[in-house]
Amino acid sequence: MPIAPTETTRRQRKRLTIQGTVQGVGFRPHIYRLATELQLSGWVSNCSEGVHIEVEGPQKKIQSFTRRLLNERPAHSQINSVQSTPQPLSSSSPFEIRSSSHSGEKSALILPDIATCPECLAEILDPQNRRYLYPFTNCTHCGPRFSIINELPYDRPNTTMREFELCEDCRREYENPLDRRFHAQPTACPNCGPMLSFVSSSLSHTEQNQEPLTLAVKTLQAGKILALKGLGGFQLLVDARDAQAVARLRKRKHRSEKPFATLFPSLNSARAHCEISDEEAKLLTSSQAPIVLLRKVQDTLEGVAPGNPELGVMLPYTPLHHLIMTSLDFPVVATSGNLSEEPICITNEEALHRLKDIADAFLLHDRPIARPVDDSVARVIHGLPQVLRRARGYAPLPIELRRPCNPLLAVGGHLKNTVAIAKHNQVFLSQHIGNLETEESYRVFKNATQDLPRLYELSPAAFICDKHPDYHSTQFAEQSGIPVESVQHHLAHVYSCMAENKLEPDVCGLSWDGTGYGTDGTIWGGECFAISKEAARRIATLRPFPLLGGDLAAKAPRRAALGLLFSAGKNHEWKHLNYAPSELRILHQAIEKQLNTALTSSLGRLFDAISALLGFQQVSTYEGQAAMKLEWLARNSETSDSYQFRLNDPENDKLPAIIDWAPAIHEVLADINNRESKEAIARKFHNALANLAAHLANRLGTKQVVLTGGCFQNRLLSELTVRKLEESGFTPYWHQKVPPNDGGIALGQIAATQYSKLTT
Amino acid sequence: MAHGGGGSLSKKLIDELISPVFSNPLLDQRNDGASFITPGDSLAFSTDSHVVSPIFFPGGDIGHLAICGTVNDIAMCGAQPSYLSVGFILEEGFPTNDLWKVLQSMKRTADDAKVQIVTGDTKVVEKGKGDGIYINTSGVGVIKCDPPPAPTRVQAGDVVILSGDIGRHGIAIMAAREGLELETTLKSDCALLNEAVMSLIDAGIELHCLRDLTRGGLASGVIEIMDTASLSMEIDESTVPISKSVRSVCEILGLDPFYTANEGRFIAIVPATKQDKALAALRSHPLGNDARIIGKVSSGDPGLVTVKTSIGTHRILTMLSGEQLPRIC
Ligand SMILES: [Fe+3]
Ligand SMILES: [Mg+2]
Ligand SMILES: [Zn+2]
Ligand SMILES: [Zn+2]
Repeated sequence: MPIAPTETTRRQRKRLTIQGTVQGVGFRPHIYRLATELQLSGWVSNCSEGVHIEVEGPQKKIQSFTRRLLNERPAHSQINSVQSTPQPLSSSSPFEIRSSSHSGEKSALILPDIATCPECLAEILDPQNRRYLYPFTNCTHCGPRFSIINELPYDRPNTTMREFELCEDCRREYENPLDRRFHAQPTACPNCGPMLSFVSSSLSHTEQNQEPLTLAVKTLQAGKILALKGLGGFQLLVDARDAQAVARLRKRKHRSEKPFATLFPSLNSARAHCEISDEEAKLLTSSQAPIVLLRKVQDTLEGVAPGNPELGVMLPYTPLHHLIMTSLDFPVVATSGNLSEEPICITNEEALHRLKDIADAFLLHDRPIARPVDDSVARVIHGLPQVLRRARGYAPLPIELRRPCNPLLAVGGHLKNTVAIAKHNQVFLSQHIGNLETEESYRVFKNATQDLPRLYELSPAAFICDKHPDYHSTQFAEQSGIPVESVQHHLAHVYSCMAENKLEPDVCGLSWDGTGYGTDGTIWGGECFAISKEAARRIATLRPFPLLGGDLAAKAPRRAALGLLFSAGKNHEWKHLNYAPSELRILHQAIEKQLNTALTSSLGRLFDAISALLGFQQVSTYEGQAAMKLEWLARNSETSDSYQFRLNDPENDKLPAIIDWAPAIHEVLADINNRESKEAIARKFHNALANLAAHLANRLGTKQVVLTGGCFQNRLLSELTVRKLEESGFTPYWHQKVPPNDGGIALGQIAATQYSKLTT
Repeated sequence: MAHGGGGSLSKKLIDELISPVFSNPLLDQRNDGASFITPGDSLAFSTDSHVVSPIFFPGGDIGHLAICGTVNDIAMCGAQPSYLSVGFILEEGFPTNDLWKVLQSMKRTADDAKVQIVTGDTKVVEKGKGDGIYINTSGVGVIKCDPPPAPTRVQAGDVVILSGDIGRHGIAIMAAREGLELETTLKSDCALLNEAVMSLIDAGIELHCLRDLTRGGLASGVIEIMDTASLSMEIDESTVPISKSVRSVCEILGLDPFYTANEGRFIAIVPATKQDKALAALRSHPLGNDARIIGKVSSGDPGLVTVKTSIGTHRILTMLSGEQLPRIC
C-alpha cells in the first residue's frame, strides 16, 4: 500500500507575484539562493509588474521559502504586495532565473540612484582588484538607476548602458546567481565600461598623456573650477577653502550670495566644520546621500555660505566622487552645473557649450544620463529627516495614498517645480525640475510630463494644475487637450502634507507660504483651512496688504514693508527703510494709486517686511534670503516673549476670519524705536506665529494639525510651532518625504482629488 | 454740451464743428456713405476704437491716437491708407473746447498721413454713460506689396527688426493719468508708421510680417505672430532699446517693459538675407533711426518666444491673462 504524503511533505507548486522595489536590487539572486538552499524547483523572472516566481516542492519548504523571501530581502528592496496562486505540479528540474517577460502592467518600481556600497568602495581602493580606481564600479546594491533608465523592465538594454557590451569577466559575474553583480544592469569594468575624458583649453604637452582623473584632481588643487559629469548631471567643483576661487565661481555663475553645497572627503572631515548629530550622520551616509543642512561650528570656508549659520554638506556617493575626494583630502564646493536657476546639464556637448564661461576644465565620461537628477537637499528636523529638494536618491519612489486614484498627471507649481502621476494608490513624483521661467527648465518639465507616464504606461485621464493663470505649468495643462482640473495653491500644500502623512479629515491645515493665486483673485499665502470629509473651508487668513511691484516685492523686501506700513497707517515709520526721498515719493504714489500693487495675505512677505524693518534692506540675491536672515537673528535670542496677532471674527459668520498683524507691527515698531535687540524682536515674531498656530488650532478644535508651505522651511518656526501645538494637546504633522515648499505641490494636486473641494 | 438724441443739436455739432474741420470733396457730398474709386485692386480694411485716459497726454491725445491707430493697422497690411471713417461717442457735458482740440489734432494727423476722412458719425450719450469721448476709426488702403505681409509667411531663419525703443506710450499714459511725479517727463511714442513702412516697401524688401506693437507690448505682439506661424522666436534682451526713463519707471513699479503698450512702434519680420537692406531703409526714416535686429525666428516649439537674458538664460514670454500677477511663491 502506497504511503500517502502527509500535509507537510505533500508537493505543491505556487506562483508568486511580488510588487514593489524589487528590480535592480539583487532580488532575483536572493530568490535563487533561497530556492536552491531549500531544494525547490521552479523559476524567477522580472516582469513589468515586479517579479514572478514559481516554486515547486514540499509544502513546508514552500512555506518557509515564502517567509524567508520577505524576512531576508535585500537592503534596498521594498515589497508592496505578494500575490500567491496555486499551480498544477509541473517539473522537478533545478531552480532557474529566466529572462524578463515584457508583458503585463508596468508597475515595478524604478529605483532611485544609490550611493556606492562598502564592497564596491573597497574594490576601487584595492590595488589587487580588477576594478582598482575604476570610477564606474557598481553592483546590485549600489549605482545608477533612475538616471540611466529609459524603459521598464529594468534590464540593461533598457538603460543607457546598452551601448557597453559586457566583457567576459563581467559577463561571468552578471550571469552568476551567487555573485553580487548578478544581473547588475549597469555593471562595468575598465575593460568594457564607460571611460573618463578630460577637456581643458590649457593642457600642457606633458599633461596630455596623463590620466583624466589625475588632471581633474590637479585642476582642483590649483584652485580652478572643474565641471564634472556626475551621476544625474554636471556639477561644478572648486576648492572650498580657497576664497578667491569660490568668489570666481560665484561671479561666473552669477550667484552672489546663495549658499553653495560642500562635498567633504569624509564624515570626520565634515565634523571639523559642522555639528553632526547621530541622525544627521545617518542621513549623510545613507544610500540617498543627500546634501544635509548642518549647523556650522566654525566659518572658515569663506564665501561658501556667507552669513549663513548652516552649511549644506554631502559625502562622496559615486566611485568617481570617492576617487577625487580621496586624492584631494579637502572639501570642495559642489554646485549644480547650470546657469543660475536652469536645470543641470546632462550631455557632454551641452556642458561644453553652456558651462564654457564658468568651468576651467571638464571631467567627462561616456555613460549617457537619461534625465537630469540634481543632488537632493535634506535636513533633520524634530529628530527626523526632511527632504527640501527631492531628486537623487529619492525620486521617483512613490508616495502611497490611502485609496486608489484615477490615472492623473499633476503639473505642479511654477518655481521648484515637480510633476507627478497617480497610478492606483501610488503617486510617482518626478525629481526636482526647478524654476519654470526659463526655456531649459520648461523643456525638462515637458519631458517629465511625458517621461513618467511613458515609464509606467499610464494615460492620464486628467491633468491637474494650479489656479494661477500665468504659471507656465497651468498654461501647458490647458493647451494639452486633456481635461484639466485646478487646485488652489495653498490647499494643495495642505493636501500634500496630509497625503504623505496618510491623514484623513478632520484636519486643521496651516498653509504658511510665499504667494499663490487665491480663488478671489487676490494673492494668498497665510492661510488656515478646516478640512472635513464634506468640505475644505478657508477659515482664517492674514490681513491683506499691498504688494508693491508684484514679484519685485519678493526680491526687494523693503517693498513688502512699505505696503505693510501703508496698510497700517504708519507712513511716518518709513524712515526705518532708508529709502531715498525721490524714490519714496514715487513708491508712495504707486501704493496710493494702486499701481501694480496686488493685495496679498502672504506670510512669507510678512517675514520679508519684518526683516526689512530690522535692517535687511538690500535686494535679495536668492529666494527667501530676507526671511532666512530673520530666522537667523531669532535663533540668537532666548526670549519667550511674543507679539500679538488679533483674530477678528468674521461678520455674519462669513469666512474667513482675518488674522490682523497690526498689533504685532505696532509692537515691533515700538521695540525698534526703543532699541530692543534685533534678535529679540525676530524671536518674538517667531514666538507670536507659534502661538498663533496654537490659537487657530484651538479655535477649530481639530486634533490633527498639518504644517505646510514655504515658511515651514524655517527650522525655528517649524520647531517652535510643533512644540507649541504639542504642549496645547494637538498632534502636529509636517513634511518629511516631500518638501514643504512648492516641490510638494504636485503631490497635493493629486491628493486633492481624494479630499474635499474648497468651498469658500 | 447737450447735443443728444440725434436731433438738431447733434446736427448743429456736426455742421458747425466737425464737418468744417475735416472738409473735403468726398465728405462734403454729405451722403450716407462715401463713394470713391481706388487705384489697384487689393485693399486693406481695418477698424479700431479708442478709449484713453487722460485724453490729452504728453506726446499726443485721443484724436492723434485714433488716426494713428487705424493708419498703422492698415500700414501693417503693407498698404498705403487712403480713406478713413470717424465715429464719435461723446458724453453729454464734454467741453466743446476739448472737442475742438481733438478735432484739430485729428485733422493734422490725417493730413500728415495723407488720408482723407470721408464719412463719420456722432452720438451723444447721457452724462455718466461715457468717459467724455470715445472715437472709432475705420479705414481702407491700397496694398503696395505683393504678396502682402502676413504671420503665415514667417519662416524659420527670418530676422525680427524692431523700429525703435519700447514702452513709452504705456508708461507716459500711466504717469499722466496717475499724476506720477517722475524725474523726467515721458512722452508717448504715438506716431504714424505708414511712411516708415513705405520706406521698406520702396526699398523692395520682402516683408514676411509687420505688426504694430500696441496694448500688451512687444511680448504679446510677437507671441501672437509666432502662435499663428507655429514657429518660435528668440529675442536678445540686450538689443531691445528701452529708454532710461521707461526702464527706471518699470523698475520702480515692478512692470515688465516687454508687456508695456506702444502706439508708434512696429516689428518687421524679413528674410535674414535682407536684414542689412531693411535696416538701412528703415533707419533712413526718422521713426526708424533706432531700428535694430532684436531676434531670430526658428523652427522650435510652435509659439514659443524666449528672451536671452544678460546672464545667458532664456526666459519664456507668454500671454498674460491680465495684469502682471506675482508668481514667486
Ligand atoms: Fe507655495
Ligand atoms: Mg489696432
Ligand atoms: Zn556596490
Ligand atoms: Zn568588464
